[in-house]
This record gives sequence, C-alpha cells and structure tokens, in this order.
Amino acid sequence: MKTRVIKFLKRLSIVALAVPALALASEAHFEAAPVSTDPSSLQNGAKLFINYCLNCHGASMVRYNQLQKIGLDEKTIAENLLFTGEKVGDMMTVSLNREDAEAWFGTAPPDLSVIARAKGADYLYAYLRGFYKVKTEARATGWNNVAFPSVGMPHVLWDLQGVQTATETEEHGVKTLKLSDAKGGALSVADYDKAVGDIVSFMVWMAEPNAGTRKTIGIFVLIFLAVFYVFTHKLGKNYWKDIH
Amino acid sequence: MAANIYPKYQSDGSRLGNLLEWFDVRFPLTSLWRAHLSEYYAPKNFNFWYFFGSIALVVLVIQIVSGIFLTMNYKPDGTLNAAGIPVAFASVEYITREVFGGWFIRNMHSTGASAFFIVVYLHMFRGMLYGSYRKPRELIWIFGVMIFLCLMAAGFMGYLLPWGQMSYWGAQVILNLFSAIPLVGEDLSIFARGDFVVSDATLNRFFAFHVIAVPLVLIGLVVAHVLALHETGSNNPDGVEIKKFKDDKGVPLDGVPFHPYYTIGHDLPAITIFLFFFFVVFFWPEGGGYFLEANNFLPADSMKTPNHIAPVWYFTPFYSMLRAMVWNFFWIPAKLWGVVAMGGGVVILAFLPWLDRSPAKSIRYRGPIFKTLLAIFVVGFLILGFLGAQVPEYCFFGLSWLPGAVIAQIFTVYYFLFFVTMPYWSKIDKCKPVPERVTFK
Repeated sequence: MKTRVIKFLKRLSIVALAVPALALASEAHFEAAPVSTDPSSLQNGAKLFINYCLNCHGASMVRYNQLQKIGLDEKTIAENLLFTGEKVGDMMTVSLNREDAEAWFGTAPPDLSVIARAKGADYLYAYLRGFYKVKTEARATGWNNVAFPSVGMPHVLWDLQGVQTATETEEHGVKTLKLSDAKGGALSVADYDKAVGDIVSFMVWMAEPNAGTRKTIGIFVLIFLAVFYVFTHKLGKNYWKDIH
Repeated sequence: MAANIYPKYQSDGSRLGNLLEWFDVRFPLTSLWRAHLSEYYAPKNFNFWYFFGSIALVVLVIQIVSGIFLTMNYKPDGTLNAAGIPVAFASVEYITREVFGGWFIRNMHSTGASAFFIVVYLHMFRGMLYGSYRKPRELIWIFGVMIFLCLMAAGFMGYLLPWGQMSYWGAQVILNLFSAIPLVGEDLSIFARGDFVVSDATLNRFFAFHVIAVPLVLIGLVVAHVLALHETGSNNPDGVEIKKFKDDKGVPLDGVPFHPYYTIGHDLPAITIFLFFFFVVFFWPEGGGYFLEANNFLPADSMKTPNHIAPVWYFTPFYSMLRAMVWNFFWIPAKLWGVVAMGGGVVILAFLPWLDRSPAKSIRYRGPIFKTLLAIFVVGFLILGFLGAQVPEYCFFGLSWLPGAVIAQIFTVYYFLFFVTMPYWSKIDKCKPVPERVTFK
C-alpha cells in the first residue's frame, strides 16, 4: 500500500512540477545580466548610480550609510557621494519636483529602491543598453529604447556609451529591432557593458540590502535543522520501538 | 470535554506537588493534559498524510507571532510620503531594510502565508483520501471548511497590506465582484471598500480585519476543530474505528497516547517541512514570483492598471472557476455565475460528508471509479490553479487548439460534477472488504 501511495505521489509531483514549467516557457527573455556581489563592482555601481540616476530618480527607501554594507566607510560616503549637503544618515531622495517631472517627461521618474525586484536584473541590463537615437519628431527626447518602447526617459549614460541607431528587420512576419554598435562614447562597448553590469549589480543589492546576511544565516539554520532531525529521528525510534 | 472523569491530582507532599494540587483544585489542569495529550489515544497506523494538521497549527503560530512583530512597524496608510511613495509600501520596505531582523520576520510571514495554504490543501486532500469527513466526523470537516474560508479571508485581506500594484488591483478586481449581486451589489461593493475605488479607507479596514477580526474567529474555529476531533477520535489510513476494540481499561487496542508518541512522532515531518520552509525564507523568498509577486514590488498606483492581474497562487483554482463562466444563463449575467461558481467551489466541500455514500472510507478499500475520478479531480484542480495565474488568452504550449479558457471551463464543470454525482458513483463503486482492525506493519 505504502508503495502505491508513493507512486501516486510521484506522479502527482511530476504534474505539479510540469505545470509551472509551462509558464516559464511563455515569458519574454532578456540576455542574462552579469550580476555581481563583488564589493568593487557594487562600489563602482553605487558611484555611477548616484552620479547619473539619482539626479531624477529617488531611492527614497535606501539610506546613504547603508552603503557601509558594500564596504564603503562613512567618511568615503560623505566625501565622494554626497553632493547637495545631505548627511550620511539621510535617505537617497531627489530634490526634483514631482509635478515638474511629470510636465517634462510625461510621468514622474519612479523610485528605484526596489525596482530590481519588480523588473528583474536582466530587464534593467537590457534597458540601460537599449537606448537608440531617433528623430525628435518621433520622440521629444530624441531617444527610444528596445526594452521599453516609447520610453519617457532620455539616454542619460550617452556620454559613456555613445550613440546607437536601430534598424528594423522582418523575418517570418516578426519584426525585430537590431541595434548598431555605439559610436562616440567615452567607453568601449565592453567597458560600457561592464559599467552597466555594475549599476545593475548595485541596484540588485539596493533592492534587498540584507540578502547577503539572509543567505549566510540560512546556511546555519538549515545545518541546525538537519542535525536536529537526526536526534529527533533517534528519539522517535526509541519511543516507538515498543509499539507492534 | 471529558475533563471531569479524571481524579484530581494528589500531592506527593513536595513543594511543587503542593503547588500543582492547589492549581488542579482550581483549574482542570491535569485532566486537560490527560484528555487531550497523554491519554488521548490516536491510531498507531498514521502515515505522513496525518501530520499536516499539527503542522498547520505550527504555521498558525508562526503567522501570529511574526504578525505581531510586523504590526509594530507596519503603517496602514495609503497616502503618499514626501518621496511620492505610499506610506504603507514604504513601511514594509522599512521593515525589511532597517528594522533589526525585519527581513526575517517579513519573509517568515509571507512564506508562512503560502505554507499555510500548501499544508491546508494537503490536509484537506488527506480527508478525501481516507474519508475523514464521514460519520461521525462531519462537524470536524465543517469546522475545517470554515477555517479554510477564514484563511482565504485572511490571505486576501493581508495581501492588500503591502500596498503594491498586485495588492491594489487584486483587491480592486475581487471587491468589484460584489457588484454582480443583483439590486444591492453596487452598494455592497462600495460598503466593503468604504470608497468608490480601493483606497486608504479600504486599507485601514482590511488591516483591522486581517490583524484582529479574522484571527480571532480563526482561533475559535481551530479550538472547535480540535475539540470535535478529540470527541470522536482520529480517523486513520484504514478508515476503521479504533474505539470498537478496547482493552479492559477502556483503552483502544490500536491506539497510542498522543503524547509522547505523536508529539515526538510528529516532530520529524515538522522538521522536514521546516527544512523546506526555511529554505524558502532564507534562499528563495520570492518563490519564483509565486510567493512574492514581482509586480507587488511596484507601489500601488490607482492610475496605472497592470496588463495582467492575477491573484496569489492559492486563490487561482477558484479564480479560474470565476473566469470560466462566460455565458448569460437564465437571464443571470455571466459575472454573477462566476461569483456563484467561485463561492460554490468552496462551499460545496462542506457537503462532502453527505455526498459520499461509499461503504468504505479509505482509498485503500475503495474501488476503481473513486480512484480514477479522484486522480482526474486532482489534476484538474492543479490545472485550474495554473490557468488562474495566466492571461485568459493563454494556450498550452502556445497551441491555439489547446486554449486555456476552454480547458478551465471543462475542469470547472468536472469539479462540480465530481461532487454532485458523487452520491451515485460512490454507491456503485466496487469496494474491497474493510478489515476490523487497523493494519500495522
């Protein structure tokens, strides 16, 4: 009987596992982002994020001194990353007026504190590498994006990446946009990808600053439970040995 | 409660003994202990299906304790803060980022919600496998269905509290359903929201219900569930009554005292479940986007409707039933049929004790009709659950001749037919002879 139940369960779990797998097959995929937890990447990402993103976007749920968790000390943060008289204990807010922003971009720039958990690192990586130049009659900012068509945001990192253009190709009735190699940027293609990878890594860290602690503690918890299991198993066997 | 049949505790003269005697005269302490733990006799042949009840109790405790700590820093406030983020949303992030151990408490609570439903679904399925709802345990089952309803209420209202996009629009969709009810529907829906759309007023009342009203009812029902169980005694994988054969002291021959045999015996599966549970808490809190949905990390915005609104996974089978109703039958609009199907899908469970007419309780001795129909039922329920999380246009493997909407309709009809026709097929099914006593290797 027991084997029959187990067989039944096995069949059941195959069905249960197959069902979500079907769901995954239907989702749009972006190239995997090179997300790193390496402090030098995170620190570079923080620097770029604060210099380029934080002018318009807030990260109002992140405190500057949380950056100590990626290996920066308070003095470094205060000297290198604070520009408009903030204190290290302040939140990464932005002074841009939300109503002005709405008038300029059509929508207020979203807060980026948890954006990596909402959109995923791969999307962010594709987005920051996906800007291309269009005529200003088409988009008021002169920029569009392959990952986010008709985006309101202009290409803020263009001085680093340079300018890409897109050509539309059609194959079997499916239209795809192909980007040209960027020209005129301060960074090579590989260096730009590395820089964007660092920004995305930082944003992933920022979306859940305690993820590292979480995993470290988790290992000990699971080891404890495994050991506890062995002792309980022995104790239980001892109790049950008289029952026939 | 058979608490008064036990003699009062007699002190052995020691200080501790005297204290216990003093206490026992004034409170049924030792008799409660004996009636519900040390002299509550449970069948010795429980298999792993029988552990999910006590595990559900453990999860309830996890939810209550983690919930208390969350309440200390959570703010049920839908207004925007200076940075343009709703205060409620920001307070959840504050908990996970800045409160000491807050991320742990939050992950425990969000994982606990999903764990609760996994455990309770398995617990209910156990009931179906072994006929645990059959006479004389009908009331235990009905209390159980009421607990399930309470859990759904708690889950639904709790899901609004993080005030993300999915919280907001999920609640919007479900609360709009009230408006399908004729005549009073529109007013009822406004009454439930406290506003014309889901708003701060809705958030505040959901908080009140989630934090105190529903848990109070839930705990009351759990006590009733357990008391009723201890009155009739537990069923077992053979579906036979162990109380039929007792020794001269009145102890069932096939019973073992719940404590220590099952308090220790239940620890093992509990730890196994904990291994899974804490794996999720520490390494996989989003649960692949099913336990914490990606869209719910975007703050609620009443001006931006997401392209695809899906409830959390534990509601999706019933959500599928709601969506399956697309025809206006008998002058009743499809939307109302949908609401009836969704509610009826849960309520019909309560009638199971009277729908099942099989001579054998346990699947071990039941016939091929039951086994086949139950297997299809389980597969159908899982597929309904899967489809409830997809867009209505979803097709399996992208094949247009396998449209999800039609398959959901087929399995919705099957779900109800399974119950409605049960009195007939359960009676004619070829059962094997049921043994007098439990089988124990």
